[in-house]
Amino acid sequence: MTAEDPLVAVRDLTVRFPVRRGEVEAVRGVSFRIGRGQIVAIVGESGSGKSVTARSLVGLAGEGAHVAATELAFDGIDLRAVRGRGWRAVRGRRVGFVLQDALGSLDPLRRVGAEVAEPLRAHGVVPAREVDAEVVRLLGEAGIPAPEGRARQYPHQLSGGLRQRALIASALAARPDLLIADEPTTALDATVQRQVLGLLRERVGHGTAVLLISHDLGVVAEIADHVYVMKDGLFVEDGPAARVLESPSHPYTRTLVGAALGRAARPRVTPGGSPREVLRAEGLVKEFTLPGRGAFTAVEDVSVTVRAGETLGVVGESGSGKTTLGRLLMGLLDPDAGRVLLDGRPWDGLRGHARRTARRGVQMIYQHPLSSFDPRYTARQILEEPLRAAGTAGRERAVRVARVLEHVGLSPAVLDRHARELSGGQRQRLAIARALAPEPQVIVCDEPVSALDASIQAQVLDVLADVQERLGVAYVFISHDLGVIRGLSHRVVVMKDGRVVESGETRRVLDHPAHPYTRALLDAVPRFAVRGRLRSRA
Amino acid sequence: MAGVLRMREAAAPGRSGTARGALVRLVLVRLAASFAVLWGAVTATFVLLQVMPGSTADVLLARSSVTPAIRARLVAEYGLDDPLPVQYLTYLGRIARGEFGESYVLRRPVWDEIAAQLPDTLLLVATTLLVTVVVSVLAGLLSVNRRAWVRSLFAAAESLVVALPPFWLGLLLLTVFSFTLHWFPAIGSSSPAGLVLPTVALAAGPAAVVAGVLREGLLRAMEEPFVVTARARGIGEAALRLRHVLRHALLPVTTLLGWIAGSLIGGAVIIEIVFSRQGIGRLALSAVANKDMPVVVAVVLVTAVAFVLLTITVDILTWVIDPRTRDAGR
Repeated sequence: MTAEDPLVAVRDLTVRFPVRRGEVEAVRGVSFRIGRGQIVAIVGESGSGKSVTARSLVGLAGEGAHVAATELAFDGIDLRAVRGRGWRAVRGRRVGFVLQDALGSLDPLRRVGAEVAEPLRAHGVVPAREVDAEVVRLLGEAGIPAPEGRARQYPHQLSGGLRQRALIASALAARPDLLIADEPTTALDATVQRQVLGLLRERVGHGTAVLLISHDLGVVAEIADHVYVMKDGLFVEDGPAARVLESPSHPYTRTLVGAALGRAARPRVTPGGSPREVLRAEGLVKEFTLPGRGAFTAVEDVSVTVRAGETLGVVGESGSGKTTLGRLLMGLLDPDAGRVLLDGRPWDGLRGHARRTARRGVQMIYQHPLSSFDPRYTARQILEEPLRAAGTAGRERAVRVARVLEHVGLSPAVLDRHARELSGGQRQRLAIARALAPEPQVIVCDEPVSALDASIQAQVLDVLADVQERLGVAYVFISHDLGVIRGLSHRVVVMKDGRVVESGETRRVLDHPAHPYTRALLDAVPRFAVRGRLRSRA
Repeated sequence: MAGVLRMREAAAPGRSGTARGALVRLVLVRLAASFAVLWGAVTATFVLLQVMPGSTADVLLARSSVTPAIRARLVAEYGLDDPLPVQYLTYLGRIARGEFGESYVLRRPVWDEIAAQLPDTLLLVATTLLVTVVVSVLAGLLSVNRRAWVRSLFAAAESLVVALPPFWLGLLLLTVFSFTLHWFPAIGSSSPAGLVLPTVALAAGPAAVVAGVLREGLLRAMEEPFVVTARARGIGEAALRLRHVLRHALLPVTTLLGWIAGSLIGGAVIIEIVFSRQGIGRLALSAVANKDMPVVVAVVLVTAVAFVLLTITVDILTWVIDPRTRDAGR
């Protein structure tokens, strides 16, 4: 691991993409090195060029990409000279790649085992008859319990954390010298995040080098040796992780550090609501039955109340029943027991037209707004649809669309664009605007910012707070992110295994947790343990 | 959703047994529903034949001039003067017992007639489907990773082929390959060589449509994130297409193929005439023209049964191709 013999050496890397008129330079001359067994991180927000930089190392920068560099070497191979089939010897075998988006990165039609086996077969790593056993071994190594059964399952039958681990197992299958992990922990809750980072660290113990791509400095601080901070296609700062995080010199790095410490994402808690209850759930129970496997109780005896103009935070890890509760409140699912009252009137008593009318009072915002938009609709059509459904006349619709657009801080220029042409932040604003259009009393927000960059997160949370202040709408805010919950909620309920284990004023619950699970949740939040690290290294 | 995910985790290995049970249930439900389809088809046939001009008695007596007394006896024998509801119920009862009777015109048991024609038709449908699948999959796979203008070329060629009337294509093929080059026989159902030209004429349109749908599906699948992941594992482009992308593109195509196969059974009539082939389509055409009620009913039933079987086949194929549909019955 000497400086003279790095595993990866990159000098003056530029990547350009042709666009309708001219070109876009996504990477504008970056240089970096990765030593054997080292963890190097590239940090930056989405659009900074960090993913493209990483993908250039395996020749997958993207369609039509022009990659140029004065040096682009992997273990002595000049990657600039590699063409077509030549890449196949590098990809998978020498460099494992874990792509962002664990949900979509496994082929949904193939068994998890077949996906993990693919690099083994492609590179003939083990004899064909040993592939199955090797797959099970790899899955187990990646920390997946009962790997034999998992290998026979399909990706949709696995939770996000398990899918992410299966992806890592697949990337590590051919025992590559370098593992590139692009946002391997985004959208995972704190506990799973920790396990995934542990897995990466363990591989490094076996001599694998890791290139970690992330927007989350908290994650990087946990494991990286060296950090490059990327902004607009350039590295603005780099150095040993501890130094960069402890004393960032570039203003942009300082912003990122601030975001990781929870400074940037400091939404306001609005003055709060009136004592009037707008939504009330009493003794909700929801069971799901599996064919031949009996019942699973997703929500068990949950009662909550939401008052006008206030935010009720719902916290818990994945699988705690948060989302099911949200759907019950929305009337998208019918409870097996208990009832939901909107403005004092129960949902389940309503059918047909009355139910649809009442539904306007409760709207929803999702984690992935893009999949909740019709891809053929423009922003205008997306916003007009709920108004049309409510029978609002044409001229009135235009006025209302303009109004909700202003509430969420979007320019009218976006109206004729399709959702996929908008940025992540703009999409979530559009989702908020759509939820506001029917003038609801309550909006159920299911992880609305967990897929967004820190600074965008702060903006969206700001919009939510603004809207609440101006319109007095109440939120049920579902999240695994305690920082976000703390910043926005007046009251909070903590869920575990379908039950509410603790509830009360946000400050009381989070500062003086009474239940051991709440304490465990608070402990699992990745800390910015920079000082601790420095001490341990000294 | 979160709860559901966790539950699936808990139920990790050995789920395939229950999934198979779900498939069996699905097929049973389909079969039950298919009785409604068959009943509807039979009833519609009855109504259509009633409102068509001309009397059945005239058909029965087509070639003979008889005394009114004999005519009256015939009418009574066939129940042609019964009130419509009675005729309908008698008709339903006979069909339920599988008694299709004799053809009014050919004076042979209907089933003999169907059994004589069906093999030729099924053979032609089978070869047509095979050619459709092979040609469209090849065209789809070959065109998908080309430049945009190559893809447009393929698309244009497909539009052109779809626009060709099959009978015209059939005549063209006959002129070139039978009358001029003498490569293939011009008429007859018996020899395998006689199957080539009608198959080509019939498969051209469907193959072009399916190729287009398949290419769209392939293009869409190529943009999925798992494609980049698969490439990052170092597999070749051919393996990527065959193992990953093609399956995704086949999903919409299976439904389309089911529909095409169903409509070919009774709908190959023009090609059967052009190539002087036997077949169900021809039988149906002459039966309708002659108001030969028993034959028409039998043809309708055969076609409806074929559609039902094809729908179930498509369901099973979808179940095999897409594991996500297996949990949908929950």
